[in-house]
Amino acid sequence: MKPFTVSKAATALMLAGLVLLPLYSQLSGNIFILTLFTRVVILALAAASLNLMMGYGGMMSFGHAAYLGIGGYAVGMLAQEGVGSGFIQFPVALAASAIYGLVIGALSLRTRGVYFIMITLAFAQMAYYVASGLARYGGDDGLTIYKRSDFSGLINLSNRTQFYYLCLTCLLSVIFLIWRIANSRFGIVVQGLRSNEQRMQAIGFPAKRYQLVCFVISGMMCGLAGALLANNTDFISPAVMYWTRSGDLMVMVILGGMGTLFGPVMGAVVYLLLEEFLSQITEYWALIMGPLLLLVVLFGRGGIMGLLGRFNRD
Amino acid sequence: MLLVVEQFLNGLQFGLLLFLLAAGLTLVFGIMDLVNLAHGSLYMMGAYFAATFAAWTGSFLLGALLGLGATLLLGIVLEMTALRHLYGRDHLDHVLATFGLILFFNEAVRLIWGPAGLALPLPAWLTVPVPILPGIHYPAYRLAIIVVALLVALLLYLGVMRTRIGMLIRAGASNREMIGALGINIKLLYTLVFGLGAALAGLAGLMQAPILTVQIGMGENILILAFVIIVIGGIGSIRGAFLAAIFVGMIDTLGRAFLPDLLRQVLSGAAASTAAPALSSMLIYLLMAIVLVVRPEGLFPANRR
Repeated sequence: MKPFTVSKAATALMLAGLVLLPLYSQLSGNIFILTLFTRVVILALAAASLNLMMGYGGMMSFGHAAYLGIGGYAVGMLAQEGVGSGFIQFPVALAASAIYGLVIGALSLRTRGVYFIMITLAFAQMAYYVASGLARYGGDDGLTIYKRSDFSGLINLSNRTQFYYLCLTCLLSVIFLIWRIANSRFGIVVQGLRSNEQRMQAIGFPAKRYQLVCFVISGMMCGLAGALLANNTDFISPAVMYWTRSGDLMVMVILGGMGTLFGPVMGAVVYLLLEEFLSQITEYWALIMGPLLLLVVLFGRGGIMGLLGRFNRD
Repeated sequence: MLLVVEQFLNGLQFGLLLFLLAAGLTLVFGIMDLVNLAHGSLYMMGAYFAATFAAWTGSFLLGALLGLGATLLLGIVLEMTALRHLYGRDHLDHVLATFGLILFFNEAVRLIWGPAGLALPLPAWLTVPVPILPGIHYPAYRLAIIVVALLVALLLYLGVMRTRIGMLIRAGASNREMIGALGINIKLLYTLVFGLGAALAGLAGLMQAPILTVQIGMGENILILAFVIIVIGGIGSIRGAFLAAIFVGMIDTLGRAFLPDLLRQVLSGAAASTAAPALSSMLIYLLMAIVLVVRPEGLFPANRR
């Protein structure tokens, strides 16, 4: 039996809170909190997908927001063309993300380190400009989605509570999947590549192929988040893919604790709630948020999960 | 012909401006191994300082000079309070910390100067068109940017390659402990390098200010361009940054100017006019992707240590 640690307790508390949130929303009549947390859960999903690459694979993608856009545009464009069924929209979103990930990954993995960070960024910027050029689908102004994905009878995305639970289920499934991947033979190899690529290659593992598969899986997970995000806002625009959005996702992962299973979820919850909370106190919330991030880096190595972990040793 | 020459000069001017920004970035990156996303914020602060001082003093040149000094000072303060604690840390820590600084600076500017942008008006003597070739005139201010940037590039080259302090800086880049053991105050040296990088960013910002408006977030688009440049040129290489900057400036400017016409030859008018802006914005990223795929370390990688 592993000891029950502070970080585990915090994670359990957070998960219980997320599961019970719609109940609280219903009882208190606070609809806003449900809308807010739907967004939090979706972005937590995106952060978790980025963590699979960064934390486990050691690949720093600075262009993950591109998948949010690709997943979102798959939903938006199909809706615009009269294809409203979620059974078509979501698989298309995943397939498009996979294809993008495969091409970008194959090219990007030729480089490493800071160059890898920059080339993933460059491709995401290209995707941003492609979306800006889509005149038929709103171009710069973005595309309004008049009807949410239709899962005929199975689940109603226009019902706030049902949609929230769909997002939460997706998040938890993805985290379960990441846990399975991290502990599989494949995941061990990918983590081995993070520590020492040359040694793994010398043993005989085709390094790039493993990393590429990890790249594609991570992209597909983020594409799913994009499809959900488009349904949540009923709108998709190129702004979703802008590089500062990728920065936001990175911040969530590092803030929560890179390479930990629930760290990115914690990071997303804290980052977005802090943003919400501070913006209620002052219009100039970023004035506090900015230095706060700096302090987290300077004094809180390992993010929130790292900080929580410290309680056990004291 | 007239248009080609003009666009060519525009490309050169934009490229040189990008060089000033990229030079500071690559200095800090190559020597201190610090990824500074907030470099674009220093560019923005340079523009705001210059616009404010110019309004106070009523003189463009005085405003620019004071703005440059203020940005230098800001860079030094920033290094001493926050960034010096990040040396030797993971690149990701740099990304997160300096991302936080971007948020801070954008908001601070909104608080101090308000959400609306500022204007930095040019004095009359800089707005006249100057004849450069028979029958071809070019705005004096853009020429001035070209001259100033070339001068700075030359000084930077001589300073880093031919002076004692430049030698120390280069030595510090190779081996920080060794240069410290020789009795050189490496902390002070790093502070100076960062201040210099900040001043270069500020100079780029204040020179660009009269052409565009001074506004919040102006550094973010151009910062990415500067990163593209140092990656194409090879991180840490001033020469690489110079050549890549001019290359990127040219491609970006010429692409925007001539791509719509070129596309119209192949595509229908409507399709061309929608595709052209997106395609010309993408050009440099396409270029960077191609360069990195062919030469993963950039075109002119700095000498391996």
